[in-house]
Amino acid sequence: MRRLGLLALLIAAAPVAADSGLPPAELAYTQLRDPAREAQAKALMETIRCVVCQGQSVADSDADMAGDMRALIRQRIAAGEKPEAIRSWLIARYGDYITYDPPLSGVTLPLWLAPLLLLALGAWVARGSFRRRKKSST
Amino acid sequence: MRRWLLWLPLALLLVVLAFAARELMKPADRTVYSAMVGQPVPAFDLAPLVPGKPGVSALALRSGRPRLLNVFASWCIPCIAETPQLMRLKAMGVPIDAIAIRDTGPAVRDFLARYGDPYHAIGDDKTSQVQLSLGSSGVPETFVIDGAGRIVKQHVGDIRADDVDAIYQAWRDAK
Repeated sequence: MRRLGLLALLIAAAPVAADSGLPPAELAYTQLRDPAREAQAKALMETIRCVVCQGQSVADSDADMAGDMRALIRQRIAAGEKPEAIRSWLIARYGDYITYDPPLSGVTLPLWLAPLLLLALGAWVARGSFRRRKKSST
Repeated sequence: MRRWLLWLPLALLLVVLAFAARELMKPADRTVYSAMVGQPVPAFDLAPLVPGKPGVSALALRSGRPRLLNVFASWCIPCIAETPQLMRLKAMGVPIDAIAIRDTGPAVRDFLARYGDPYHAIGDDKTSQVQLSLGSSGVPETFVIDGAGRIVKQHVGDIRADDVDAIYQAWRDAK
């Protein structure tokens, strides 16, 4: 009975707000006027990880912080900064984790090389078996 | 074709499985740490948020004396939980400055009146821009800054009672 009462209380409980009540930053949900720059900003936002909701990009997330990161990206693009410069700025702050386009480094080397190596291995194996078949058919 | 090559795919599979099993066994640490630890605080200048307290700037953090920089918000529940620990650090003689994320003056005043006021200065970061420049990924977070304005330690999440000694030690070592 007591457990039931506690469960009922749980159902009635209201979730605690984990977001601020403040309105979103100016450029969080507003596109840039220049379509070319907006396209640049959008492309960058899609490859930057939201640090609050880690599986999403900042373009996908409605978290306050993702909004603030979109605002930061749009402001900097509007000021004429290159997308790759903004990406490096963010990497300097959060590490490679922040980008969905991992730069080539000692840790990511296998990630870049493995597909090429596997492809080469596949070609080599295929070559071997084709050759053998040819031999047996003649 | 050499016979042993037949076993290569199986061996590779076992390596992959062993790796996956090892990664599954240890709990993943999803904390996002700042890459700015060891580097000078980036330039910024935040306006004051509550009357009677100055704002926070990178220049003011280069005060010749180590300080804590606490990233907090009045709407954040773990921030309430860590105030007793911040009050304790303040009583131990640690100067604490704060950056209030997406907050308003009245809300912060109310927060300080209810839970205690450990801060020397509070800067107003309405759109998290300074938080982002510090590589901070949420509230609360605490940075230990040495006298030359260099970040020497980052504590992610609320400061629990058993974290106080380590933070105090880092502050003392920063001298």
